[in-house]
Amino acid sequence: MVNVSAASPVEVEPTVVPDDLTHLSKPWVTIVWNDPVNLMTYVTYVFETYFGYPRKKAEKLMMEVHEDGKSVVSSGTREEMERDVQAMHEYGLWATLQKAE
Amino acid sequence: MISTGFERHRRSGRIIANFTAFEADLLRSLASQLVELLRNEAAVPREDQDPFEAMMDFSGPTTVPEDPVLARLFPTAYTHDEEAAGEFRRFTEGALRDGKAQAAATVIETLEDAGLPAEVDEDRMVFIDVELDRETAHTWMRSFTDIRLALATRLGIEDGDEEFWLSLPDEDPRAAAHDIYEWVGYLQETLVQSLMS
Repeated sequence: MVNVSAASPVEVEPTVVPDDLTHLSKPWVTIVWNDPVNLMTYVTYVFETYFGYPRKKAEKLMMEVHEDGKSVVSSGTREEMERDVQAMHEYGLWATLQKAE
Repeated sequence: MISTGFERHRRSGRIIANFTAFEADLLRSLASQLVELLRNEAAVPREDQDPFEAMMDFSGPTTVPEDPVLARLFPTAYTHDEEAAGEFRRFTEGALRDGKAQAAATVIETLEDAGLPAEVDEDRMVFIDVELDRETAHTWMRSFTDIRLALATRLGIEDGDEEFWLSLPDEDPRAAAHDIYEWVGYLQETLVQSLMS
């Protein structure tokens, strides 16, 4: 992802832990992959508006994509994940779905 | 480039920007190219199908588009399952194409409604003021992503390649294309920040 100079610095909350229990009961996940084009602010904005995540969580997921190359952004049934992936493609994010590991 | 990008009008909450006719014309040309690309490549049936089934099946493409820009705009949703990926594509790519073409058409329409003439006279300094409600601003933002993905794919943008683009001599056509890519990125950044504020 790209950080354009007009952007304000991103603050990340390092202590947020993924919710493992929800993860186990939801067998499919949507993964967003890093790309060299999309802006960090834009990716945050998409996570915030589409998933309804609070700013902090949206920024944390965005930083995961940016630094680790990918992030699990949602989990649920296969049908739900197909909807999420389609929405991410609508926004131009590179997303895939798979069974939760 | 002169435009300082988008900002949110305090009283009305509308997202506003001021472009020269040249800048507005450039945005229109980029959006038009996107519309053309999205509407050009027809839905192609899968080759491994029964010939009769293939003929009866025109609901949507099941294979990755050949054009690298389209392949980036419509990525493969299942990395390790070709059949599921094909099914997903069949049911989503048509709608995604329409949505993206529609968004680009909205950009063109807004610019023309704001006074952008069909032909821009380069000798006259004309400014185009655009005023977007939230929904239209959102549509513009999505379309800017598609335009940037298209330009980046054609240019071969990679992570951490800024030095390379800066080192190109001015007369290299890629330098000019890269400047436009950066400019649309700047506009998009200001647009996202206006929406987030």
